[in-house]
Amino acid sequence: MSQVPTSWFLLLSAALFVLGVAGFLFRRNIVTVFMSIELMLNAVNLSFIAFTYQLNRVDGHQVDGHLYAFFVMVVAAAEAAVGLAIILTVYRNRGTLNIDEVDSMKN
Amino acid sequence: MDLILFLIFATIALVCAINVVVQKHPISSAVSLIGVMGSLAMLYLLLGAEFLAAAQVIVYAGAVMVLFVFVIMLLNAGKESPQGGSFMVQLLGAPVLLGLLLMLAVLARHIVPPEAAVRFGAFQGGTARAVGNALFTTYLLPFEATSILILIAIIGAVVLARKEMD
Amino acid sequence: MQLWIVPLLPLAGFAINGLFGRRFSKSLVNAVAIASVLLSFAWVLRAVYGLGDLPTPHVEHYFTWIRSGSLDIGCDFAVDRLTAVMLLVVTGIGSLIHIYAIGYMAHEGGYYRFFAYLNLFMFFMLTLVLAANFAVLFVGWEGVGLCSYLLIGFYFDRRSATNAGNKAFIVNRIGDFGFSLAMFLIFANFHSLDFARVFAQAPAAPVGTLTAIGLLLMLGACGKSAQLPLYVWLPDAMEGPTPVSALIHAATMVTAGVYMTARSWVIYTNAPVAMHTIAIVGIATAFFAATIGLAQNDIKKVFAYSTVSQLGYMFVGIGSGAFGAGIYHLVTHAFFKALLFLGAGSVIHALSGEQDMSRMGGLRKKIPWTFWTMAFAAVSIAGVWPFAGFYSKDAILIAAYQQTPWIYWLGVFTAGMTAFYVSRAMFLTFFGEYRGDRHPHESPPVMLVPLAVLALLSLGGGYFLPVPEFLRGVFHAGESAENPALMAVSVTAGLAGIALATLMYLYKPGMADAFAGRVSGFYKLVYNKYFVDEIYDAAVVRPVVAGSREVLWKAVDTAMIDGAVNGAGAAAREVGGVLQRIQSGNIRSYATWVVFGAVMLIFAMGLAGGLIR
Repeated sequence: MSQVPTSWFLLLSAALFVLGVAGFLFRRNIVTVFMSIELMLNAVNLSFIAFTYQLNRVDGHQVDGHLYAFFVMVVAAAEAAVGLAIILTVYRNRGTLNIDEVDSMKN
Repeated sequence: MDLILFLIFATIALVCAINVVVQKHPISSAVSLIGVMGSLAMLYLLLGAEFLAAAQVIVYAGAVMVLFVFVIMLLNAGKESPQGGSFMVQLLGAPVLLGLLLMLAVLARHIVPPEAAVRFGAFQGGTARAVGNALFTTYLLPFEATSILILIAIIGAVVLARKEMD
Repeated sequence: MQLWIVPLLPLAGFAINGLFGRRFSKSLVNAVAIASVLLSFAWVLRAVYGLGDLPTPHVEHYFTWIRSGSLDIGCDFAVDRLTAVMLLVVTGIGSLIHIYAIGYMAHEGGYYRFFAYLNLFMFFMLTLVLAANFAVLFVGWEGVGLCSYLLIGFYFDRRSATNAGNKAFIVNRIGDFGFSLAMFLIFANFHSLDFARVFAQAPAAPVGTLTAIGLLLMLGACGKSAQLPLYVWLPDAMEGPTPVSALIHAATMVTAGVYMTARSWVIYTNAPVAMHTIAIVGIATAFFAATIGLAQNDIKKVFAYSTVSQLGYMFVGIGSGAFGAGIYHLVTHAFFKALLFLGAGSVIHALSGEQDMSRMGGLRKKIPWTFWTMAFAAVSIAGVWPFAGFYSKDAILIAAYQQTPWIYWLGVFTAGMTAFYVSRAMFLTFFGEYRGDRHPHESPPVMLVPLAVLALLSLGGGYFLPVPEFLRGVFHAGESAENPALMAVSVTAGLAGIALATLMYLYKPGMADAFAGRVSGFYKLVYNKYFVDEIYDAAVVRPVVAGSREVLWKAVDTAMIDGAVNGAGAAAREVGGVLQRIQSGNIRSYATWVVFGAVMLIFAMGLAGGLIR
C-alpha cells in the first residue's frame, strides 16, 4: 500500500499542463499568462522526472531526465527574465497590461 | 505511506494550480504558483530526484518567482477587468482543452505498464554526485551553451528594461 | 538515273523567282520559269528513254525520312511505265502551258508570283508522280492542293477568288481524310507504306480490309479529282487565271486521283466491291456534270463541268478493271481539255476579259487560229474518229460494257451530251453574230504555238500513242478486244450530239430558248447546278459554324474552360479570405489555434503509434 502507480504522476502532470494552457488561453493579464507558462513548464518537468524513475537503467544514462528538467529550469529562468523585461517595455509604451489590446499585428 | 504523501502534495499542487488560473489579482496567482512549485519539489523527492528538488526550490521558487513578484509590484498591476475575450477563444477553448486532457490521460495510461509503481527510496541515482557527473561529461556542450544563453538573456533584459537615455 | 533532278528543277525555279523575282525583269522571270520546266521535260525524256523497257520499276532511294518503330519511310522515287506516262504528260503539257502563260499574264500584276507558284506546283506534282511510297505521294498530294489554293486565289483582292481557294482546299481536305485513313489501314495491315511491299502482300490480305482501303482511297480521289460528292470546288476554281485552270484543273492535279487509284490497281483487283463502287461513282459523276454543263453560259464553267464529267469517265475505266484505258483517257484528256481551256483563255484575252458566251458570237473570222485549234479539241472530246478522244473513250466504254452493261449505255448517253455541250459552246462563241461590245484581236504567237501543238496532239495522240499497250506490263490485266459494233454506237452518239447542237444553235437560234422555256423547271434546276452548293451550305456548313459558335465557343470555351480556370482563381481567393480571419491580432486566439493544432498532431501520432482510440 505504500506504492504509487507511476501513471498517476503522469496524470498529475497532464492535469497541471492543461491547467497551464487554460490559464494561457483564458486570462487577459499578461503577467498571469506568463505565470501559466511557468506552470506548463513545471508540469513537463514532473513528467520528465517520472519517466526517469520508470526507465531506471544502469548504463550511464540513468539521470538523463533529471538533466533535461535541469536545463528546462535554466531556460525558464532566462526566459522569465527577458519576458518580464518585455512586459515592462510594453507597459511603458502602451500603458496597459491587457493582452487583448496589444493587437497591432491585426490583419 | 508514499501513497498518502503523494495524495497530499498532489492535491496541494492541483488546488494551487487552479488558483493560479482563477484568481483575479496577479499577486495571488504568483503566490499560488509558489505553492505549486513547492509541492512539486516534494513530489520530486518522492521520485528520488533530490538534486532537482533542491534546485526547484532554490532556483524556481526562490529566484524566478521572486522576480515575478518584483515585476508585479513594480507595475502596480491591478485587478483584471472582466471584459469579454476573443470569440474564437471562447468557442474553441474549452473543447480543445478537454480533448487535450483526455488524450494525455489515455496516453499516460498506455505508456507505462500497469504494474509500474513508485516507491520512495527505490531510485538512488538522483544525487548531486550523479547529476553533476552527467552534467560535466555527457552534457557538457549543453551546459556551456546554456551559459551563453543566460548571458544573452541578461543583456536582453538590461537593454529592454533600462530607462531611455536622454 | 538521278531522278531527283526532275522535280528539283522546278523547285529551283520557284525559289529563284519567289525570292528574287520582284527585282527581275519580266524576261528574266520568264527565262527562269520556262527553263526549269523545259529542262525538267528534257531530263524526263532522257530518263524514260534511257531506262529502256522498264519491266520492273526503277527505284532510287535518297534518304530515310522517318524511322520509328516498324515505320520506315524513305524518300524514294520510282519509275515504271505508268510513271513515265505521267511524267511526260506533266512536264510536256506543263511546259506548253508555261509558254502560253507568258503571253496570257503579260498584262497582269504579280507576274513573278504567278510563275513561282506554277513552278512550285510542278515540283509537287512531279513528287507525287515519282513517289515510291504512299507517304511521299501524300506529300505531293498535299502540296498540289496548296498550290491550287494559292493559284485559285491568285487575284486575292477579289472576294470570290479567295473564297474559291478556301473552298478548294477545304473540300480537298475531306478527301485527304479518307486518304489518311487508308494509309493508316495500309500500314496497320502491311506494316509498310512502300508500293512494292504493300502490293506484294495485298493479294493475301482479307477482302474486307482491301475493300475498306479501296473505298477510303477512293474518297481521297473523289476530293482531288472532283467526283461526287466532292466536286463542288472545281467549278469555283475557275476564278483563277486560265493557264491555272488548264494546267491544274484539267491536265495534271485533278488527274492525281486517277493516277493514285491506277497505281493501287493490285488493291482494287482484289477488292471487286471497291472497284465497282469507283465505276458507279464515276459514271454518276460523268452523267451529272454533263447535264449541268448543258446550260452554263460562262465558257470556263462549261469546260469545268466537262472536266468533272471526263474525270468520271476515267474512273469508269479504272472501275471496270481497264486501268490502261483510264490512263489513256487521262492522257488524251490532258491534250484536248488543256487545249479547250487555253483556247478559252485566248478568247477571253481577245475580248479583254469577257467570259459570258451570251456576249460572244461570230468570232471565228476574227480569231481564226484560236477557232481552228479549239475545233480540233471539240471534235476530239466528242469522240469522233480518228481524233484522240475517240480511241480513249472507246477503250473505256468497251471495258465498261464487259463489266456492267448499264454503265456502258449511260456512258454512251453522256458522250452524246458531251458532244452537245461542247458544240454548243463552240457555236455560241464562234458562230452567228457578235453580241458584245469589245474589239476582238488575235492572241500573240507565244500563246498560239502551244495551242497548235496541243491541237496536233488532240488529233494524232490517240492513234500514235497507244497507251494501253504501253502499260500492259504494268497492270497485268488484259484489255478488251475491239468491238466494232460498240464503237459504232458511241461514235453515232457523239455525231448525234454535234448534229443536235448544230440544229439548235446554228440553224435555228431561237429553238434553244424555246426549248428551255418548255422545260423551264428542269432548266432552272440544271442552270443552278442542282442547287448543290446551296444544299451543302444549309446541310453542312451552317450547322458546323453554328455548332462551333454556340457549343464550342460559348459553352465549352467560355463557360467550361474559362469558368474552370477563373473558378479556381476565385476559389483560391475565397479560401484565402476565410483563412485571413485567423490573423486577428489577438494573441490568445493565436494560442488557441496552436493548442488546437497540437491536439490534432497528438491525436494523429497516437493513431499512428497504434493506440486504440
